[in-house]
Amino acid sequence: MPHDHHDHDHMSPSGHPYRADNDVPLSYWQTMEIAVRELLVEKGITTPVAVQAEIDAMDARSPADGAQVVARAWTDPDYKGRLLADGTGAMEEMGFKPDALKLVVVENTDTVHNMIVCTLCSCYPRTLLGLPPDWYKSRAYRSRAVREPRKVLSEFGVDLPDSVQVRVHDSTADMRYLVLPRRPDWTEGWSTDKLAQIVSRDSMIGVALPSTP
Amino acid sequence: MSLPAVTPPDFPPPYPQGKPNLSPGQVVRVRSGAAPGHIRTPWYLRGKTGVIERICGAFGNPEELAYNRIDGPEVPLYRVRFTMREVWGDTTERAQDTIDAEIFEHWLEAV
Repeated sequence: MPHDHHDHDHMSPSGHPYRADNDVPLSYWQTMEIAVRELLVEKGITTPVAVQAEIDAMDARSPADGAQVVARAWTDPDYKGRLLADGTGAMEEMGFKPDALKLVVVENTDTVHNMIVCTLCSCYPRTLLGLPPDWYKSRAYRSRAVREPRKVLSEFGVDLPDSVQVRVHDSTADMRYLVLPRRPDWTEGWSTDKLAQIVSRDSMIGVALPSTP
Repeated sequence: MSLPAVTPPDFPPPYPQGKPNLSPGQVVRVRSGAAPGHIRTPWYLRGKTGVIERICGAFGNPEELAYNRIDGPEVPLYRVRFTMREVWGDTTERAQDTIDAEIFEHWLEAV
């Protein structure tokens, strides 16, 4: 038995329980999306190929993009200065298109820890991090991050001493935020590419520290 | 949080236009009005006092954009920093921790 599932009557040949099929009706908004998309195609305003290309472009973004920005800021003090002064300009400099929104980069130091949330919806620096994780969009994270950020951080495994100030950033309008984590002491002499490997998505949202090797 | 039961007569105020009237370091209070519509000023910050952290620039007013009125003037937007003590009172985890949020000028009044 490869797994320790107990309900043997409902096992697939692989030893996993069967998952229920999602035979549920479309939601109101799913129906609306299909109807509007089909109308736009029928009227010649867009094409299925163009829609798919947008989806592919969205899926192609990932936290690896943000990690490149962070790693460069860690190794190039001039770039770090530009990134903190004008996040949008500094990301464009590396070839990332900022859309209509402005990027604000906030720096973690030995006395300040930054953490990002969007209490109103799910604003997220998608250009640099891709699609947000489900927990970022959950009501629990959105409400608790501003009410008890230290407790939330602790649940993510980040326990901060009282000497560190927590700064929560609520993305309520046209800014998008990226945390510049602290470069770990044990990475001295590392190349930019090697540094980028330890910059996790969560460390750029501010709910984690750079991973240990 | 004390909020007026009905929208006060002077609310919403005229939308500001053009150059920002507030500056970094200035102490401001978030208006505590309860206007209908698409408002991007969080409830938990209404009536709270903070300090302007920076001017973000001028942006389309979400209260108008939500109704497809896309030709209106852009409104100055600020990042305002609040202490946890100001927002949550004595029950906060650590009084000196802060929350920054973006607030449009017509939701702010100089203190």
